[in-house]
Amino acid sequence: MNTLITSLARLLIFPGLLFAVPAAWFFLWVERKAVARMQGRIGPPFMQPFFDFIKLLGKTTPERGGVAGMLMRAWPLIAVSSAAGAVGLLPVLPASGGFQGDLILLLALLEMPSMCIIAAGFSSRSIFGEIGSAREAVLSVSYNIVFLLAILSIAASQHTFSLSALAQLPSSPLRWLGILALLICLPAKLHLNPFSLPNAEQEIYSGPMVEYAGPELAMWELSHGLEWVAATGLVATLIAPQVTLVWLAILIFIAISFAIVLLLSVTAAATARLQIDTTVRFYWQCTLIFAVLAVAAVLFMRYVA
Amino acid sequence: MKLWNKLMCYSRSHSPWLFHMNSGSCNGCDIEIVASLSPRYDAEQLGVRLEGSPRHADILCVTGPVTHNAAAAIRTVYGQVCGPKAVVAIGSCPATTNVFIDSRTLEGPLDKHIPVDVFVPGCPPRPDAIILGVAKAAQILAERGNKPPAESVMIPIAESACCKDGCACAAKAEEVQA
Repeated sequence: MNTLITSLARLLIFPGLLFAVPAAWFFLWVERKAVARMQGRIGPPFMQPFFDFIKLLGKTTPERGGVAGMLMRAWPLIAVSSAAGAVGLLPVLPASGGFQGDLILLLALLEMPSMCIIAAGFSSRSIFGEIGSAREAVLSVSYNIVFLLAILSIAASQHTFSLSALAQLPSSPLRWLGILALLICLPAKLHLNPFSLPNAEQEIYSGPMVEYAGPELAMWELSHGLEWVAATGLVATLIAPQVTLVWLAILIFIAISFAIVLLLSVTAAATARLQIDTTVRFYWQCTLIFAVLAVAAVLFMRYVA
Repeated sequence: MKLWNKLMCYSRSHSPWLFHMNSGSCNGCDIEIVASLSPRYDAEQLGVRLEGSPRHADILCVTGPVTHNAAAAIRTVYGQVCGPKAVVAIGSCPATTNVFIDSRTLEGPLDKHIPVDVFVPGCPPRPDAIILGVAKAAQILAERGNKPPAESVMIPIAESACCKDGCACAAKAEEVQA
């Protein structure tokens, strides 16, 4: 009973929906503002993502019949709920529970929005949506190998698949190697420059989102924001030092997430979009070696120790 | 419910997403739209975002005098924009077909095909006139909601000039009008 209440509180209050939705809007604003400042502009006002969300809720959607229409309505909802679930699993508070293997569940939930985007593009039957989905699929095949190897090296170096145990253990130099590999994968996971191929607006309009309008588009925006919170939060919990004070833990978590968002947005503003083959080559040739080395080093250390 | 309507009205006027459509324009107005998003004018301060898909847009910005080929496309794209929506005609071409008047390749002006809310005349209009037009369209959108469009608004060229009272160019505009 107690664990049920704790897990519900984590899913709905902190770090779940009640915290994550405003944080998602805040991070979306930071992204746009940072890009604007880098370009010498002033940028959107603080509440902009919130206004966009409310406005999209009030718009009409085109009528779509049949199974394809039902699927198109379902994908954004699945994406939002899985991203919210991923945020709810983050071990931000000290001694917040968790279970053996929740890291694997978190990875699966983090992957769900991008799966939904691929499916959404194909079910929209738009040529731009299909091109965008194909690109997203290729991109996810290339960065996920590195992403999973990086997580694997971190988990193997600490002998556990439990997130809260990982967050509590002192960090080793090998873990930093894994965190670096994770950071390199984040721009691709969040569709930022230089890996913003799936939603390249100058070439294929909005890619998989091209047929979405109104409340459904609002849900996609929200799921994108929640992905920001979950992905940066995962790195933040791995970096954050362990403290016993609750409010200090929350503060450190928010500060590190904010720093990562700023870093990623500035990188996005400073770079141009890469071609699909360059992107794939980058992850398969340059970064993969790095990740394999990290895993090999971890296994070797384990054998020696 | 009243509070929700108020919030929706405020949100609509603060987040106009544009879809830009060229109906045979000479590209003069199109680069002025881009200029209004550039660091000097920075329309994103008003929440403006140039969208790639008409499905995402609230405001349809049309440039050009509406050629034969563009007329059907304009009606299609207008239908693809989800309501509530507004239309801004940018430049003198969509308003009057400008110097191309009586050409046999044209089907303009624009308001023969779709209801237009704001006209921003000029050849090309200044970026600040375009921003003023978009802001006015966002205001119309917020007040009107899903109701059908009423009569259109014209942005006077002098009002949208770079400066207002006490400036040389405002005085000149008054002189010209007199």
